[in-house]
Order: sequence, then C-alpha cells, then structure tokens
Amino acid sequence: MDNLLSIVTFLPLLGALILALFLRGDDEAAQRNAKWVALWATAATFVFSIFILTGFDASNTGFQFVEEHTWLMGLTYKMGVDGISVLFVMLTTFLMPLVIASCWGVTHRVKEYMIAFLLLETLMLGVFCALDMVLFYLFFEAGLIPMFLIIGIWGGANRIYASFKFFLYTFLGSVLMLVAMVTMYIEAGTTDIPTLLSFEFDSAVLDLFGFHILGGLQTLLFLAFFASFAVKMPMWPVHTWLPDAHVQAPTAGSVVLAAILLKMGGYGFLRFSLPMFPVGSEILSPLVLWMSAIAIVYTSLVALVQEDMKKLIAYSSVAHMGFVTMGIFAANQQGVDGAIFQMISHGFISGALFLCVGVIYDRMHTRDIDAYGGLVNRMPAYALVFMFFTMANVGLPGTSGFVGEFLTIIGVFQVNTWVAMVAATGVILSAGYALWLYRRVVMGDLIKESLKTITDMTRLERAIFAPLVVMTLLLGIYPSLVTDIIGPSVSALVQNYDVAVSAFDAAAQTAEIAAH
Amino acid sequence: MTADINTMLPEIVLALYAMVALIAIVYTGKDAMARLSLWMTSIVFVGMAAWIATSGEGTSVAFGGMFVDDAFSRFAKVTILLSAAAVLLMSEEYMTRRDLLRFEYPLLVALAAVGMMVMVSAGDLMALYMGLELQSLALYVVASLRRDNVKSTEAGLKYFVLGALSSGLLLYGASLTYGYAGATLFTGIVDAAGDGPMSLGLIFGLVFLSVGLAFKVSAAPFHMWTPDVYEGAPTPVTAFFATAPKVAAMGLFARVMHDAFGTSVADWQQIVAFLAVLSMFLGAIAAIGQTDIKRLMAYSSIAHMGFALMGLAAGTALGVQAMLIYMAIYVTMNIGTFAFILSMNKEGQPVTNISSLNSLASREPVQALAMLVLMFSLAGVPPMLGFFGKYGVLVAAVDAGLSWLAIAGVIASVIGAFYYLRIVYFMYFGEAQDDISVKATPVLKLFLVGSAAAMLLGVINLFGIEAPAALAAASLVN
Repeated sequence: MDNLLSIVTFLPLLGALILALFLRGDDEAAQRNAKWVALWATAATFVFSIFILTGFDASNTGFQFVEEHTWLMGLTYKMGVDGISVLFVMLTTFLMPLVIASCWGVTHRVKEYMIAFLLLETLMLGVFCALDMVLFYLFFEAGLIPMFLIIGIWGGANRIYASFKFFLYTFLGSVLMLVAMVTMYIEAGTTDIPTLLSFEFDSAVLDLFGFHILGGLQTLLFLAFFASFAVKMPMWPVHTWLPDAHVQAPTAGSVVLAAILLKMGGYGFLRFSLPMFPVGSEILSPLVLWMSAIAIVYTSLVALVQEDMKKLIAYSSVAHMGFVTMGIFAANQQGVDGAIFQMISHGFISGALFLCVGVIYDRMHTRDIDAYGGLVNRMPAYALVFMFFTMANVGLPGTSGFVGEFLTIIGVFQVNTWVAMVAATGVILSAGYALWLYRRVVMGDLIKESLKTITDMTRLERAIFAPLVVMTLLLGIYPSLVTDIIGPSVSALVQNYDVAVSAFDAAAQTAEIAAH
Repeated sequence: MTADINTMLPEIVLALYAMVALIAIVYTGKDAMARLSLWMTSIVFVGMAAWIATSGEGTSVAFGGMFVDDAFSRFAKVTILLSAAAVLLMSEEYMTRRDLLRFEYPLLVALAAVGMMVMVSAGDLMALYMGLELQSLALYVVASLRRDNVKSTEAGLKYFVLGALSSGLLLYGASLTYGYAGATLFTGIVDAAGDGPMSLGLIFGLVFLSVGLAFKVSAAPFHMWTPDVYEGAPTPVTAFFATAPKVAAMGLFARVMHDAFGTSVADWQQIVAFLAVLSMFLGAIAAIGQTDIKRLMAYSSIAHMGFALMGLAAGTALGVQAMLIYMAIYVTMNIGTFAFILSMNKEGQPVTNISSLNSLASREPVQALAMLVLMFSLAGVPPMLGFFGKYGVLVAAVDAGLSWLAIAGVIASVIGAFYYLRIVYFMYFGEAQDDISVKATPVLKLFLVGSAAAMLLGVINLFGIEAPAALAAASLVN
C-alpha cells in the first residue's frame, strides 16, 4: 500500500461525507447511527494507522511512506512521515475513537457534531503527514473551521466570544507564517519540505529600515513562524485564547484541543523552525527558553487561583507546553526527545483530565470547583482515575508525565542552568495546584445536598479511560517505546542543527553590526 | 478590413444581437417577452463564451492596433460573459416577483457586456474610452431600474455623477498622455515612454488614468460610491455590479498599465500598491460595522479589489496571472453569495439585514452550509479556493519584492475575516427569533450550492484555469 498515509488521512473525511450525504433526520435512531458511523470511521482509521507504525523503520531518518503528485500552482501533494511525525499520527488516530465515544451523550445536532470531529481528524492527520509547505498550511489553517464551529455551536454560555477569539488569534499568527512560506518559496524555488530541510537560508546581516538584523533572513523567517506556532502552542504571553476556548468548548472539543491541536505548534517548531532556520533559532533561543520558563511558573501560579476546573487544567496545559518549547529550543538530544515525549504524554494526560471534568460536568452541569467536594464517597472509581491522572499531570515517576519533564529539564540544564532551575520550580507548583484541585473536588466529606445522588462512572466511561490509563503507565514504565522511534530522527535533526550553528559566526556578525 | 471585422466578430455579433432583439421585442410583446429576452440573452452569453474560449489563437490586432484580441482578452471575456449569464439567470425570479422584469434589462446588460469586451481588448485610448462609456451608460440605467424607489434612483444618480467625474479624470489623463506621447495607441505610448524615466507630463497622464480606473474598480480612496450603489440598486443589479464590471475594469487596468506603460513599471507600481493596501484595509475595517449584507458585500468587494490590485502591483506576468485567477475565483464566490442574498426574504419582501439570518442553519441546513463555505472562502481560509487566490497574489507580490504589501495584505485579511465570521455566527450560533425564510428557487439554489461546491472541489486542480491564465498573462506581459 503505497498510499497508506492518504488512506489514513482521508478515511475520516469519507466518514464525514457518508454522514453528510446519506444520513437523514434527527430522531434518536439517526443520532445513534451518526455516532456509530463516526466511531467506526475513527476506529478504522486507527486500525489502518497501525500499519504505519508496524511498517515504520525507526533506523531510517528520512521520510517514509512518501507519496507525491503534482498539484496546482506549482505545489505538490506530498505526504510522508519520519520519526518525529509518526507518533503524532498515532496519537491522533488513537485518541479520536475515544473522543467520539465520549460524546455519546450529546443530543444537540449530533450529525453535524460528528461531521465536525471527523473533518477535524482528517485535517489534524494532514498537518502531521504533509510534506509540502503549503499543503501543511492548508491543513493547519483549515483545522480552525471545524474547531470554530465546535466551540461556537456546542460550547458553553460565553461561546461566541471564545470562538471568535480562538479563530482570529490563531489566524493572525498563521498568516504571517504564510508570508514567510511564500518568501521561502521565492528563495528556495520549492515548497517541498525535504528539500527545504537541506536548503540553507541566508543568514547574512540584513538591513531592514535601518535596523541591522543578526542572522538576517533566517531570523525574520523564524519570527514569522514563531508568531504562528507560539500562538498555537500556546506560549506565554499569547496563551490567553486557550483558557477561554477550553472553558467554552464542549468536553470532546477540549480534549481534541488539548491533546492534539496544541501539539501542532510543537510539531511545527520541530518541522520548520529548528531544522530550517537553525541560525535564527540559535539567536532567539535564549528568548524562547526564558519565555518558556516564565510560562511554566506564571501559568502554574495562575492555575492555583482558578475556580473553574477546566480553566485550571487549561493553564496547566500552558505550563506543560512550556516544558515542550523549552526542550525543543535546548536543541539537544535529551531536550528534543523530552519535548516530543512530553507532547505525546500530555496528549493522553490532558485529554484524560478534560474527560474527568466532563464526567462530573455531565452529571452536575457546573465546572465550579466549589460546587464539588467529597466525591470519593459516592464515586470511588472516578476518584481513582482522577487521582491517577492528577499524579500523571504532576509528573509522578512511573507515569509518562515524569519522563517528559525530566528529559526536558536535563536537556535545558546543559544549555541554560538558570532556566532549568526556574522550570523545575514549576514541577513543584504543578503538584500544588493539581493536588489542591483533587483535594477540593474529591476528598473531604460529602456535605453538598446536590451531590448526594451523584452516580459513579458508567461502563462506557470506564472503557474510555482504560486505554488512556494503560498508555500513561506503559510510557511511564517503558519510555523506550517512544524514544526508540523518535531517537534516530531527533539525533539527525540535532546534528544538522549543530553543524549549521557552528558554521555561523555570531560574534563576527555582532561586530559587523556594531561597525555600522 | 475583413480581417479586422473577423477579429472583432464576437463584439459585433453581440451588439447586433442586442439591437435586433431590442427592436424585435419593442414591436412584438414588450414586457411580456421579458422572460424570453432574459433567457435568450443568457444563452447568447454562454454561447459567445464557448465560442471565444474555443476559437482564436495567439494575438491578432484590428484597426491598426486599436483593438487587440489575445489570450488575455479572451480569458477576461469568457469570465465576463459567464458571470453576466449567471447573474441574469439568478435575477429572473426576484425581478418577476417585484414586477421589475422589463425586457430592456437583459439587453442593457448585453450592451454593457459589449462595452466590457471592448474594454479588455482596447489597444488605444479611444477604444478604451469607448468601451468604458458603453459599459457605464448601460449600467447607469440598470442601477436605477426601480424608478419608483428613492434608493434605487439615488443609486443610479450617484453612480452616474461619480462615474461621470471619474470618466472626466480618465479623459484628462488620456489627453495628457496623448499630448506628451503624441499617440493614442498603447504601442505608441510605450515607444514614447521609452526605457528611461518618463516625462513629467506622461506621469501626470498616468496618474489621472489610474485614478479614473481606480474609480471603476472601486479601489480606495475612490470607492465612496460603491456602498450606496450596492445598497440602493435592486439586488440582482448589485450582483451584476459585483461581478462582470469588476473583471472588466481590472482587465482594463492591467491592459493600460502593461500595454501602455509596460516599460515603466516602477512608476505605476507605487500607485497600484498604494491603492491595494488602502483598499484592503478600508474594505476590511469599514465592513465591520455594517448591518446590511449588501453594504457589507460592497466593502468586501473593495477589499477583494485590493488583493487583485496586489497581483497587478507586482508588475510581472506572474502577477497578472495571479490577478486573473483571483478575479475568476472572486466572481464565482460572489455569484454564490448573491444567489443567497437574492433568496433572503420575509413574507415575500426582500430582507438584507444580517441579523435576520439568526439560526438559519437549523431551518435551511444546505443553504447555510453553502453560505458557510463561501464566507470562509471569501475570508481566505484554506482549503477553500479563496485561499489559493490570495496565495497566488502573495507569491507574485513577494516575488516582485513587495513583501511589505504582502504582510499588510494578510493582516487586512485577518481583520476582514471578522465580518465573514459574523455572518457564520448569525447563521449557526444565533438563537431563533426572526422568521425570515430563505426560499430559494431551483436556479438560485443551483448557483449557491454550485459555487460553494466549486470552492471546495477546485482545490483539486483549480478547474484547469491556471494554464489559460498563465497564457493570458504571458500574452499581456512581454
């Protein structure tokens, strides 16, 4: 099967089309059919994606399963995966059936809801598989449309503000990236990502409106891509759309947003910023590292005082993404390995945490922390699951959360000890807010009248959490599962980066600028 | 002589058709024949488009160079004719219901189309003016078609006064150009302009010509007539204004700049880039406050003209190609959008208030979905075709060293995205309160859904318009 990636990418779209064209009516049977079709489509996608993983040769650092067709306007339709992207594909296909299963209780415009998620899956998979810059942009941006609708139609009370903020914020970031892509196309004459990876963009001092720019074009391109990916990650201080979007989005939307959509930013850094603009990255990496460190501490502190559970987890996501950017821009094997690992693990953990909130939200229709307390008395299974993922979020050794944080801190320690130290305090803070949240929601006596009749998790809910628990434990105990796959690609990336950076003489350029 | 006439045959045939039909209908059924006249004219348009698209190769000139038939003009003519035919077909139901369907309407549109065809084929300042005025005079009348309506008459009058002013400016520019170049033929002007810096008089001529043309494409800061005329004119007429004349005016703009001033790109590049950046921002910002969807579309068209001008500002074949593709996509999107606007009504009365679209998606899912696709396409969000239009002009602009213009353009497009999203917001997120119905006739529905489908399916290969556009651009820029 030499078009396996296209099959995997467009299978959910096929499901969406079937739903859109053939499913009529909005009665209970039609709603159930819509859910089943979506579940089958996502499950089939997962099954097909397993072939990608089994056929993947980790020792090969190039792109695999490549398919290429000419497209319009000088672009190519080119798909392929390497060690960096293959696990994101797997993460997406693994999580989507669970996401669909988690919306089994939805009754409002079910068919459209399912179509939106299936569409979103296709677009997310496309982002991780695309090997043409503009194709990447197409998938990257198009993902905004279903997410905008998911927040806007099925969201909470303040959904309109949140959906507009989400769309316009991320759109603004991305269009600058588009201009940068166009510039790269003019410079290199191609939009082919593998070719661009080996293309050296000009790093001579550039004179722009009287400013002399260290690293020249590379720095400018880096900044344009940074605008997009930093918003998507999201990094402090452009993270403010995320808490709004998370709070207003329906549970399944939050899960997708936290578990997969945020990873596009990190993936973008690894696919574009670091390998294509090594000089730009090197020049600006101190800034990024400190931004990450600030993000970790600041958003952890903000998380401490939240009264809305989803908002708290959203801020904790921003903090955890801080570890990711920190690891990426440490630009060494441990750092980048750790960043990817952190992203994968955060995909399971944050997804599960939002599902945990969803479980009690479905029962009580409130996310206020104050409205809960003592749930352990009536929901022992839930208390256990929530406890497990709280610990994973904190980074307890033995869970996957630990490995990512540990590796990124090791990575950054070699580059900038101070940043590592500041970031490490974030680990303590995360224990603070996560455990406090757990205590307030689950522990204590059950005194609230409204909670006296709350029921424990249903069989379906347990079934959704089970694979997430397994994956979190598995990756925590046996991290080589991930690092063996990403290792060779990351080491090639880091080597190229080091070569490019050592060829660049920053001191000489600084002197040249000073001489002007 | 025969060769000259052969080159110009499509225009002659269309003009003859309009005149013969006019006389024939006056002597037979008058308004009773209006429907027939409308359908006939549309069929003639489509037939002519097919004829032009399949016939003619290379470049041939007629009347000593006054009239040029090349790949560029053919591309523009096909776009003009097809969009005019589409708009005519869409207007039937609306016009009939409001007793506006007069037999002159399709024939005036046909005459305007002749003018537009002459415009894009002009090889001489005289031919340019002749085409432009033929088009404008027909459009003035069409704008005030609804004689008993204050707004419609106001629209017609405004359009006329400002149109006359712009024609005056254009003529002044033309006479200056003639005075300093000693020729009205574009080829003569190019020779006079030479490769070196242009004489001051010629630059003045160029500036006034550009101002006149900017009026016609409704580029800021010469856009003021657009919102009022769009709002006041009967909706089908607005739909027509937003499509074919825009293509013709952009085509003419490109022709004058490249054919007459092709050697002095640097001189007009700044002007066009300035118009582009101003239009994009003005269109994006001014549309935010609009509550009337027709006014909103007016500002939207200003912003889109800004993007098309960005392609022109590049001053390269790539830029012209991007501009042509942009216009073709823009026209397709607008036909769909206006098909939707035409079907908006409340108890038979046309409604143009945006807030009346509240929760439309739950009542008319198909139309709402089509409109959603069109709105995202207009906003330039991939994977819709609107994105590829923008991508093309961005590439052209950056390639020509106008990165600042490209950055300004994308920022304007983010601002502009807001009001397109607002329409989606009303349709999908709003609470039900107002009961407008969007009762689309099969024809309107066909155009709405067809144009939305085109926006999605075009992503496969742009319906093959890329190669003809490249050919057209190559024939214009050399």
